[in-house]
Amino acid sequence: MSRLKSWGAPLLSLLILLGMIGVWHALTLPKTAAQTVDSEYAALVGAAAATGQKSAFPSPADFGRKIGEHLSDPFYDRGPNDKGIGIQLGYSIGRVLAGYLLAALVAVPLGFLIGMSPTVYRALDPFIQVLKPISPLAWMPLALFTLKDSAVSAIFVIFICSVWPMLINTAFGVASVRREWLNVARTLEVGSFRTAFRVILPAAAPTIMTGMRISISIAWLVIVAAEMLVGGTGIGYFVWNEWNNLSITNIMTAILAIGVVGMLLDLMMAKLTKLVTFPE
Amino acid sequence: MTEPLIRIEGISKKFTGRDGTETTVFENLHFSVDPGEFVCLIGHSGCGKTTILNVLSGLDQTSSGYVFVGGREVNGPSLDRAVIFQSHALMPWLTVMGNIAFAVSSRWPEWDKDKVRAHCQQYIDLVNLTGSEKKRPAELSGGMKQRVGIARALSIQPKMLLMDEPFSALDALTRGVLQEEVLRICAETRQTVFMITHDVDEAILLADKIVLMTNGPYAKIAEIVVNTMPRSRTRHDLHKHPHYYRIRNHLIDFLVDRSKAFAGDAVNHDPRHPPLVTPGLDPAEAAASPAGKPLVAVK
Ligand SMILES: Nc1ncnc2c1ncn2[C@@H]1O[C@H](COP(=O)(O)OP(=O)(O)O)[C@@H](O)[C@H]1O
Ligand SMILES: [Mg+2]
Repeated sequence: MSRLKSWGAPLLSLLILLGMIGVWHALTLPKTAAQTVDSEYAALVGAAAATGQKSAFPSPADFGRKIGEHLSDPFYDRGPNDKGIGIQLGYSIGRVLAGYLLAALVAVPLGFLIGMSPTVYRALDPFIQVLKPISPLAWMPLALFTLKDSAVSAIFVIFICSVWPMLINTAFGVASVRREWLNVARTLEVGSFRTAFRVILPAAAPTIMTGMRISISIAWLVIVAAEMLVGGTGIGYFVWNEWNNLSITNIMTAILAIGVVGMLLDLMMAKLTKLVTFPE
Repeated sequence: MTEPLIRIEGISKKFTGRDGTETTVFENLHFSVDPGEFVCLIGHSGCGKTTILNVLSGLDQTSSGYVFVGGREVNGPSLDRAVIFQSHALMPWLTVMGNIAFAVSSRWPEWDKDKVRAHCQQYIDLVNLTGSEKKRPAELSGGMKQRVGIARALSIQPKMLLMDEPFSALDALTRGVLQEEVLRICAETRQTVFMITHDVDEAILLADKIVLMTNGPYAKIAEIVVNTMPRSRTRHDLHKHPHYYRIRNHLIDFLVDRSKAFAGDAVNHDPRHPPLVTPGLDPAEAAASPAGKPLVAVK
């Protein structure tokens, strides 16, 4: 019974995957009859592709072959418009990490201050409330204008989108540290620095990490859009470039890669969160 | 006459509510605790016991009056006064050893790791937690958590222990065992203790003096009951002593009736010198005992 339970879910996942691939395969089988397609679309993808024997949308087999190709050589570099998907992902991850770490460097200490001092909280709250709902991409033109560098601008956009969840969660975590733990520190005449690092930080760490986990997910969502805008390198640019090349297979490979990397980033943060979480 | 370790002179506490109304929790309290003495404070919920303890520990301030510890006025928390919290207040991210080591290294920052560990181990052994050093609070039972709290408080070798209903969250069996251990430890170390409780038997078992507080607001100290039973008392033979029921009845009578209606019989009440009573003695014994006389004579 218990063996069935532990194997049931993965087995079902596999069946669902196979089912989806099956439907996909059936839908992309070569058509014998001439197709009626939108004339504009036909002009765009080429008459042969639109009306020909083979569907323009790749079949699962095409997709599998493409993934195999990318996996066999992910890091090739043949000029600015032809880089391996691994290199492009590397650029994106690098930007996300840079912007994200900068955001953490600002958000955690500032959040600490806000959480400790109700005055600072009230002073900064209006700014946070106004700045927080702004779409990070709205900053892009301003960033490009002031920073005059597309790569730095992308990092700035990542910074601005990941700073809020970390800031708010840190402030909340610090402000809601149990009074009794602070009282223990006070009765032991522990100084403010030691209290901050030995009591408040570990007590607030799970909440702070939750904010950091939300931030990395948002940053990974935003980087694709940001790179589509600024161009040059990165997985977002890759997707855009392949759209211009009309390589649906490449786009789909990139989409899958984005999903997998996003999942890995989230898993990593979940592991770290578990490390600092304590059972009450 | 030894100088008392704690001297409380005319303290009162007012809280301002959200609507701006002031409530006086207690007013013009006077009492003192001598070195090596175990004093319990009994009163109904809400009369301000925790507030008094917080004032003694330095976590809270009075609205008026003075608190002296060892002749010096209290103006904040100090390592001289260790607190055992009702909710144990252990840090859940630290092990048993870590929790105690945090206190020890706060007390003696110059000590190296080995010295801190060795010192902690001594107190872990004292409260019978040997073998649980590496456990986190979440893995401990309520009684074990409170043992860690006691070890943490004792490990800094304070001049006095302050306890706020330390056993009230425990089941009766665990409570009894811990009470006896506190009795043993305090006898061994001659520790001065100020403890809040609402358990009459606990007070009779542990305390040398029991301070009775009337109901709030405007709570007062009605009287101070001297425990005339020998200090060698244990939980098992407590009820066999002739003084036990007299003291117990006196305390329960106070909690049930007199704590509410105290204002009525307060005609001769001098808040500066709350009467020292010995309900355990029968009238003949009381006349012969120096403790039976009012505190005025002592002062
Ligand atoms: N921070 C506070 N603000 C307002 N009132 C308070 C505060 N703390 C305690 N009180 C009031 O003071 C009274 C005494 O509280 P407390 O010392 O906790 O009582 P006890 O420990 O005897 O049960 C209670 O009526 C409580 O409502
Ligand atoms: Mg209380």
